[in-house]
This record gives sequence, C-alpha cells and structure tokens, in this order.
Amino acid sequence: MSATDTENQSLRQWLLSEAPMSRRQARMGAFYQGWLTLKSNRLTMIGLGILLTLLFVAFMAPLIAPHDPFVQNLANRLQPIGSDQHLLGTDSLGRDILSRLIYGARITLYIVTLVALIAPIAGLFVGTVAGYVGGWADAVLMRITDIFLAFPRLVLALAFVAALGAGIENAVIAISLTAWPPYARIARAETLTIRGADYISAVKLQGAGPIRIITKHIWPLCISSLIVRVALDMAGIILAAAGLGFLGLGAQPPSPEWGAMISEGRKFLLDFWWVATIPGLAIFTVSLGFNLLGDGLRDVLDPKDSGDE
Amino acid sequence: MSEQMPNLVDVDDLWVKFPTRTGMFDAVRGVSFSLGKERLGIVGESGSGKSMTGRALLRLIRKPGIVEAKQMKLMGEDLLSKTEQEMRDVRGQRISMVMQDPKFSLNPVMTIGDQIMEAYSLHAKATKRDAKDKAMEMLKAVTIRDPDRVFRAYPHEMSGGMGQRVMIAMMLAPDPEILIADEPTSALDVSVQGQVLSIMDRLVEERGMGLIFISHDLNLVSSFCDRVLIMYAGRVVETCRADKLHEAQHPYTRGLLNSLPRLDQPRDRLEVLKRDDAWRDAASVVETS
Amino acid sequence: MSGVEIENLNVWFGDGEDRVDAVIDASLRVESGASFGLVGESGSGKSTILRAITGLVPTWSGKMVVAGEELGDSRSATFFNKVQMVFQDPYASLHPRHSVDQVLSETLHLHGYDDIDKRVPKLLEDVGLGTSFRFRYPHQLSGGQRQRVAIARALAPKPEILLLDEPTSALDVSVQAEILNLLVDLREERKLTYVMVSHDLAVVGHMCEQIAVMQHGKVVEIMSVEEMRAMRPQNEYTKHLLTSSLGYSRPESVR
Repeated sequence: MSATDTENQSLRQWLLSEAPMSRRQARMGAFYQGWLTLKSNRLTMIGLGILLTLLFVAFMAPLIAPHDPFVQNLANRLQPIGSDQHLLGTDSLGRDILSRLIYGARITLYIVTLVALIAPIAGLFVGTVAGYVGGWADAVLMRITDIFLAFPRLVLALAFVAALGAGIENAVIAISLTAWPPYARIARAETLTIRGADYISAVKLQGAGPIRIITKHIWPLCISSLIVRVALDMAGIILAAAGLGFLGLGAQPPSPEWGAMISEGRKFLLDFWWVATIPGLAIFTVSLGFNLLGDGLRDVLDPKDSGDE
Repeated sequence: MSEQMPNLVDVDDLWVKFPTRTGMFDAVRGVSFSLGKERLGIVGESGSGKSMTGRALLRLIRKPGIVEAKQMKLMGEDLLSKTEQEMRDVRGQRISMVMQDPKFSLNPVMTIGDQIMEAYSLHAKATKRDAKDKAMEMLKAVTIRDPDRVFRAYPHEMSGGMGQRVMIAMMLAPDPEILIADEPTSALDVSVQGQVLSIMDRLVEERGMGLIFISHDLNLVSSFCDRVLIMYAGRVVETCRADKLHEAQHPYTRGLLNSLPRLDQPRDRLEVLKRDDAWRDAASVVETS
Repeated sequence: MSGVEIENLNVWFGDGEDRVDAVIDASLRVESGASFGLVGESGSGKSTILRAITGLVPTWSGKMVVAGEELGDSRSATFFNKVQMVFQDPYASLHPRHSVDQVLSETLHLHGYDDIDKRVPKLLEDVGLGTSFRFRYPHQLSGGQRQRVAIARALAPKPEILLLDEPTSALDVSVQAEILNLLVDLREERKLTYVMVSHDLAVVGHMCEQIAVMQHGKVVEIMSVEEMRAMRPQNEYTKHLLTSSLGYSRPESVR
C-alpha cells in the first residue's frame, strides 16, 4: 500500500517537475497540469463523464443492447416505458427504443467525429492563410467566408443535402460545409494578433518561410481556441444533424438516428409521448455534455489565461 | 518628526497573504511604517511586495487574498474595521492612487472632463457647474496648457505624459489627504517624467498631502523622496533618508545600487547581486526615527 | 571594414495622408567589432532602424550596407547567419507554446545544423543557463532567464553582428546587471559587433563606445562615450536627456 503511495507520489512529482529532463517529461507534465485544472471543475467532469459514456455505449452497442434495433414486432408496438423486456418501450413498428438509442449513439458519434475533423481544419487553414498572407488572398477568402455566413446554417445544409442527395454522409458534408466559416473567422482574428508578435519576427530572422510560420507557430496557438469553439458548437452540430434526420434528409430509415427517431415518434406524440421524447432527451444530454466540456476546456486551453501567472 | 503632529498613516505589522495550491503565499510580511506630510518612497524589485503594500492600504487586495495588520490607521481611524461601504468613501476621497499606465486606468469612451467631474462629484456631491470648475482648475494645476481642449478630449487622444497628468488631476480633484503613486512615471519618457514628478512635488508642498511613491528606480526615489523603505521578498529590509540612500548599509540595498550602471563611474563589469536567504527570513525593519 | 553602414535612411509607414515618417535621413557607421548605441525617447525611430536592417519594415529608402552586403528589398538566406537580433520584451519574444528546446532546435535546424542535440546544451551553457532549463516552457522561466534564451537563439547561427533592442528594459536592475555582463562577455569572446537601442543613457554608456542620439526620427548627434560621460554634448536636446537621466532635480520654486 505504502509502496504504491510513494510510487504515485514520485510520478506526480515527475509530472509536476519544474525542470523536466526530457521532451517526453515536459510534454506529459504540460498535459498533467491541464488535467489538474480540468479536474478541479466539477461541471466539466460531468460533461466529460457524459461523453465517455456515449463513447462506451457506442463502442459496446452489440453487447449492451437488449434487442436487435431493426427487428420489428407489430404485435408489440408502442409499448410504454418500463414494460416487460422493453425498458424504454417500443416504437410504432415494435422496435425496442433502448436498443435503437444505443445503436443511434454510433451514428451520432460518427457525425460528430467527421464534422469535428472536417470543419475546424478547413476553417483553420482558410483563416490562418488569409490572416497571415493578407492582401488579395485575405479579401478573396474572407468574402467566400462571408457568403457562407450569410445563410442560416440549417437552410444552407438543407440546400446542400437536396443537391447531394439524402443520406448520412451527405448530411455530414453539408453540415461541415456550413460549419467552417466561423472557425475561419476565429483563426483569422487570432492570426492577425499573432502575426505581429515578437516571437514571429524572431523566427523570421532565422530565415523561416511562411509555411513553417503558419504551421509550426501560428497553428498551435489557434488550435486551442478552435477546440474550445468546436466543443461548444458540437451541440449545434448534433442538433443540425438531428434536424436533417427529422426532415428526412439525413439518416434514412430504418437507421436508428436520433433525429429520425424523433421524426417517427412525432406522429404519436400526444398518445405515446415517450417515442419522441426519449431520443430528444438523448440529444439534449449529449449536447449538454459537449457544452460543459467546452467550457472547462476554455479554462485549460485559452492561451490568454494560461502561460504567464 | 515631532511627537505632537499626528501621522497621516500608521501601519503596524501588515501582512498580505494569498492561499495557493501549495499553501499560503505571503506577499507582504510584517511591514510597519508611518507617513507624515512627506514623500515616502517604497523601492524594490518586481515581486518584492511594494505594490501590494500600497494596495493593502486601500484594502484593494482581490479575493482570496487576505490583509492582516496589528494596526492600519488613517489619521487615527482604523481602516481594517471599516466596512466595504465606508472604505469606498476613503478610496478616492481621502486616499487616491495613480497607477503605472494611464491607458488602463482611464475609461476609453468618456471624455477627460467627464471623468474628472465624475470623480469629483462622486465624493463631493457638487453641482455640475462646480464640478466643471473644479475639473478645469485641476487640469490647470497639473500644468496642462490648453485645459479646454483636454477637457473635451478622449483618452486615446492623449500622449502618455498627458494621460498621466490627467490621471493625477482626476485623483486630486477630491482633495485627498494621501496620494499613492505606483510607478507613476515608468511608462513615460525621461523628459516628461520630470514634469509629472514636479507636479506631484508641488502638490505635496502646497496642499500638505502625504505621498507614497512606489518605484523600482533607486536614482529617482533618492532624488525625489524624503524617506525610503527598501523592500525585499515582502518585507522591509532597510529604511533611510532618501538623500542618504547611496550610503545605505543593507547588503541588498548595496547590491542593488552597485548593479546599476552609472555614467559618472564607468566600470568594466557590473556587480551582480548575490541573494542571501537570511534577507528573506529576518523580520521587517521597523523605523528608528 | 565597417560592420554597419547606413546612409540617408528613410523609413515610413502608411501612404498618402496617413504617411508617418519614422526615420528621416539617418546616417551612421559602425566599425566591425565596435559597440554602437542608439538612444532616444519612445517614437524617436531608434528601434525602427534595427527593424529596417533586419527587413521587418518593408518601406524604406537610402543605402544600407551590413556585414559586407548591400541590402535590398529582401534579405538573403546567409544574411541571418551574420546578423541577429535580441528583442525588447522577453515575455513577448518567445513562443508561449514552445519549450526552450524547441526554440533552439528549430533555430539550429533552420540554419542547417545537423548535430542539434549536441549544440542545444552548449548554447544554454554559453548564456549561463544549465541544461536543466532545456525542456522548460517560457512560463516556467523568469524574465532574465527568458532573455538568456532569446540571446542563445540569436547566438545560434554564430552571427558577427548582434542588434539589441532594449534588451534589459523589461527586467529588474539586478537582472539587468547579469544580462549586461553576459553581453559584455559574449562580445569579448566572439568579437561581436553590437548595435544597441536603449532609452537608458547609463546602460548605453556602460555598453557602447559611440552613441547616436535620435529625436523625432532624426539623428541629432553622434558622440563618443567619453564626451557623454564628461557631459559635453553639442546638442541642446542631448543635454536635456543627460540631465534628466541623472534623476529628479527639484526646481527652485518647489524648494
């Protein structure tokens, strides 16, 4: 017992050392510091817990789902919450709602991951190039950004899906296409302030070219605020995906996408409220999780607050 | 100082503490001093607690910081037992503070005149006309040549030196008994610095105000102030008459003085201050007047 | 051979009505191996001259010959092997997310060195920092330590000329003494040429043999350090600067 205690203690000391002896130790130390800050915020930990649960559920879906999400049983349709065998009831085709919810977590995760990979990276690229190069490149890129910003997100996504055809991949592409402009704006604003900093001048004096300056010096500073923004936007993205699903332009039946599930349940909302409400609660919970985590990440990552104390 | 004249400020055993992850951090440790109608300099390096001492006097230490003292009196009145409401009447009206950079202390969207008038009428409950007269008078007092123009100007239209004069005008409008100046000239060029100092100098002489002048610049303090406290690691290591600063005894003060390059005494190498832990641990020096 | 030769340098920002002339017709000459000081108040254009030499300001006219190269619009790759700069504020001149190791390794890499792992500790030693500082981030360093890292970065390509932009104005006096001593030692060891900008006449007097005084973008006087120490400047403005630098002199009326 005491042996592991001292081991823990020395690991902690190793991580918090003011004089790290290797690159690895320095990096791990920085992560650990961030983790300590994150851990001290209870709401953030709740958010993180929600998302880890989502991850676990999506990953283990075949093992924890009590039923096959696609098997229909018309004799057993619209069972209420808490009924035998069906903890959260069944939908209009007699499918187990809990199982569909569990498998739906996979789709939600899929959408979220893809959008989180495409939109911020595109935005980061456009924004930093526009901000650093300036001149006509800035003007052209920013006007394109403005065009995208001029339309409400869901309307634009609808137009894209209509053009590309309904389906989950196209929904992801449509959402990404509408989500990148705000990231480009943020990245550009950050770049404009970073561009004039002494440390950028200093690396220019070492003969560094624009590509190196953008990728190695400006990106690391923009990424943290983008991560925060993405985490806070995730709720909106999930809702947009659900909205597309609800309108029949996202995931197609019989896929257990949460938005599509609400849409199906809508017809019976007055008599069988749980069919639409349960997936709605799932969307709400996951959105809340992302929001809470985003708030906490802001405290850890925002370069304006961290760094000099 | 003669016995019968009451001091403007009496501070005995002042501590400023901040709780941190690793325990209590003492920013100011047992500082005692008194202030008469004079210019008192507090010098020290960054982190020595000199600014904290000034702020503690106004009870402007942000939470979770704690201010403790055996006594902290303004003309015999206990400052520590005052409520936050009562302190607000002290701040600005009886003790004013001028900060390092006027850019951060002036409201960017209000004209200079409005800000001085507000500072004045907040405490004096004067009519608008009175406040305006007072503002103009103050601007003239800080040797602003064209007070009409400055009255209507916004802070960004001011140069650094002008901004600092406006700050002083604003702080002096309610006729405070004490002015705390925290590095008031370090953001200014040397030529402007002289002008700003002479304004404060004159106000001390003419109004009988007490001035606490916080600075890192030893030469400046020794030529400007009457008395100096030298702070290191939160405590006072030495006090002396300002004009005798160059004869100071404490190794820290000596070290600081010797590390300064001097035009009149060229040297090949500057002396490097060797810090002694004993300076940190010993108790604060109490004045022996 | 002269290290830095500047003739009729003009630097301006903006165009048309917004044009601000930061440097007007400045000429100066710094011998190779000499230490030259530029003093003046804020906005006098002293730092702008350094920035013009390094190519950080695009709009200038006149003639600049630095380290044997006549300077044009852009700087050659080898130019920065010979000329390096130390910035004023060590809190702003180091990338907040890069460790000391990253800063120095990247610099060495950009200058084409291969044995980076051997050179980084050597550089740290040269500026009086132990190898224990190698993997720290800027926020784990004090102001003086940061400035030492910045000096190590500037020394990495083994330059002939070091441009110093107020290298100690953001530091406490005791730390200033350490950094100034370090700079004096480095110059001796490596036969460096210094061009140092400062508002502090005592610092320039300590470091430099020749001093140019600037006001409103113009060089108003160039004098030797002996003349300055003897308080024998020719120019009125220089006299005024010198007397104010000695501290506060109480006017008669106040006494």
